[in-house]
Amino acid sequence: MRDPLAALREIATLGGRSPSEGNGHLVAGDELITDTAALGSARISAWEAVKLARELHRPHSIEIIERVFTRFQEMHGDRLFRDDPAIVGGIAELAGRPVVVVGQQKGASTEENIQRNFGMPHPEGYRKAIRLYRLAERFQLPLVTLIDTPGAFPGPEAEERGQAEAIAKSIEVMTGLRTPIVAVVLGEGGSGGALALGVADVVLSLQNAIYSVISPEGAAAILWRTAGEAERAARSLRLAGPDLLELRIVDGLIPEPPAGAHTDHDRTAANIKAAIAPQLERLARKATAELLAERYERFRRIGVVVEPAGEPVAPRRPWWKKVLGR
Amino acid sequence: MRLRMPFARRRELPSHLWTQCPDCAEMLFNKQLVRNMNVCPKCEHHFKIGARERIELLADKGTFEERDADLTSGDPLSFVDSKPYRERIEAARIKSGATDAVITGTAAVGGVPVELAVMDFDFIGGSMGSVVGEKITRAAERALARRAPLVVVSASGGARMQEGTLALMQMAKILSAVSRLGDAGIPYISVLTDPTTGGVLASFASLGDVVLAEPKAYIGFSGARVTDQTIGERLPAGFQRAEFVLEHGFIDQVVPRAQLKERIAFFLAALRPKPVDLGWGL
Ligand SMILES: [Zn+2]
Repeated sequence: MRDPLAALREIATLGGRSPSEGNGHLVAGDELITDTAALGSARISAWEAVKLARELHRPHSIEIIERVFTRFQEMHGDRLFRDDPAIVGGIAELAGRPVVVVGQQKGASTEENIQRNFGMPHPEGYRKAIRLYRLAERFQLPLVTLIDTPGAFPGPEAEERGQAEAIAKSIEVMTGLRTPIVAVVLGEGGSGGALALGVADVVLSLQNAIYSVISPEGAAAILWRTAGEAERAARSLRLAGPDLLELRIVDGLIPEPPAGAHTDHDRTAANIKAAIAPQLERLARKATAELLAERYERFRRIGVVVEPAGEPVAPRRPWWKKVLGR
Repeated sequence: MRLRMPFARRRELPSHLWTQCPDCAEMLFNKQLVRNMNVCPKCEHHFKIGARERIELLADKGTFEERDADLTSGDPLSFVDSKPYRERIEAARIKSGATDAVITGTAAVGGVPVELAVMDFDFIGGSMGSVVGEKITRAAERALARRAPLVVVSASGGARMQEGTLALMQMAKILSAVSRLGDAGIPYISVLTDPTTGGVLASFASLGDVVLAEPKAYIGFSGARVTDQTIGERLPAGFQRAEFVLEHGFIDQVVPRAQLKERIAFFLAALRPKPVDLGWGL
């Protein structure tokens, strides 16, 4: 496979908008990987990353919150329908200062997974998240979000209660939220249901986490008509941490213990804490207008389009339309 | 009068003279169908229409000026499934006559100048990749700059898989721009047509100041097939159709195609962009 960066550079030189100016805005020390070359042989295959990201004993949001923050007080409910156990959130302290934290919550056992709906939120989960985002904004607390979901729940009751609207609203609220936001992909970043927690000033990912528009199984079923091609789909989708860094979807990777985050929760949490603390400190010094302008620009530049320089070219019409004068 | 193409672009048109309505099985004369805005005269089934046909129905005659027509897709992931992404795009261009799954530009609707974006389901299922994201974002940014309302007509299967997570991020990019319209008091009207699903529904399509839908349009976050497989239970009747979504409170009106333009014009006339506050304390 071709190096995606080479492809991006090639397109940028075609006269199109440069897809990304790199991570120039992000000042990072040893606590973050900002260049995939640094990974060397530690760069694992996409499919290995998928397996690690889904590992049952990988630390999930509550395990991370308890280790990164102190005095966490969970807050429940969306004030509209019910409390969704697939999303947890509340107020905690980082270095003695209060922050709002919101994350998707998977279980570490089948029983717990059933209770947590395998980390697949319903609309009320996203509406709880929105309520907590607004709380952070109102009281000028920084917001930390933790992403770990196979996707938003696709069931009929979720459709009835407006899953799409809830996700859309959550994304929209984050784009304009007048307080600093840091997002961390802990495990699985499953599509729109993950992005609903993912619009942040700095987006980080654990080294072996994944973030994708569709699950590899879903893509394989649609594109190759068999779920058996999931491994190939995972590779094609470029969903693993290093791919995301190269595509500038995340700003940095947080190192995991050598055998994966599930082998050492304490160490993983310590790495996350070391990564987010300086970012929150840096963002806190920015004026709100500057913060919002940079957040807009961060997402504004994502995508690769080819735009010929000079005179715009009229769209080509099929010959039969020309013949028929349509 | 316009002629139908000798070989139809719609799968629903098997012959060049006659079309069988998939809903009521009536045989319809194509010329008559086109005159009726591609709506079955017997049962009101709304056939899918392309972006250019939609613009003709909505924009005041001769007012549409296309923008960003020359934006085309890169292949950032070098994606290959059953065929390479570049070939897939080329095939879609020939099939739909468009350069990507949305056509954008300026127009007047009922005399009100607007920024108009219309998606085309014929282009890789109306899927949203970088070009769709960029074009709709630019339309929203132009709307903000000249304080004109934004009208977006969606028809999409969701985010484009072949652009991976970059496609997913277009949801955030478009919503960032659309959200600024709301802050500035500039109206945004979203029209959902058959089908509007996935990442398009879960971003800009759901958040209009006014959300309208065509009758029986398929509107859902996850495809009914996915829901069916995941849940393994029978779905309620009319599940994920426009009328179902209306009943559950997520759209304002279901509007037949023949009334769509006048209805949009009504809301455009009623919701005027907020005048700029010059800060003179007047
Ligand atoms: Zn009919």
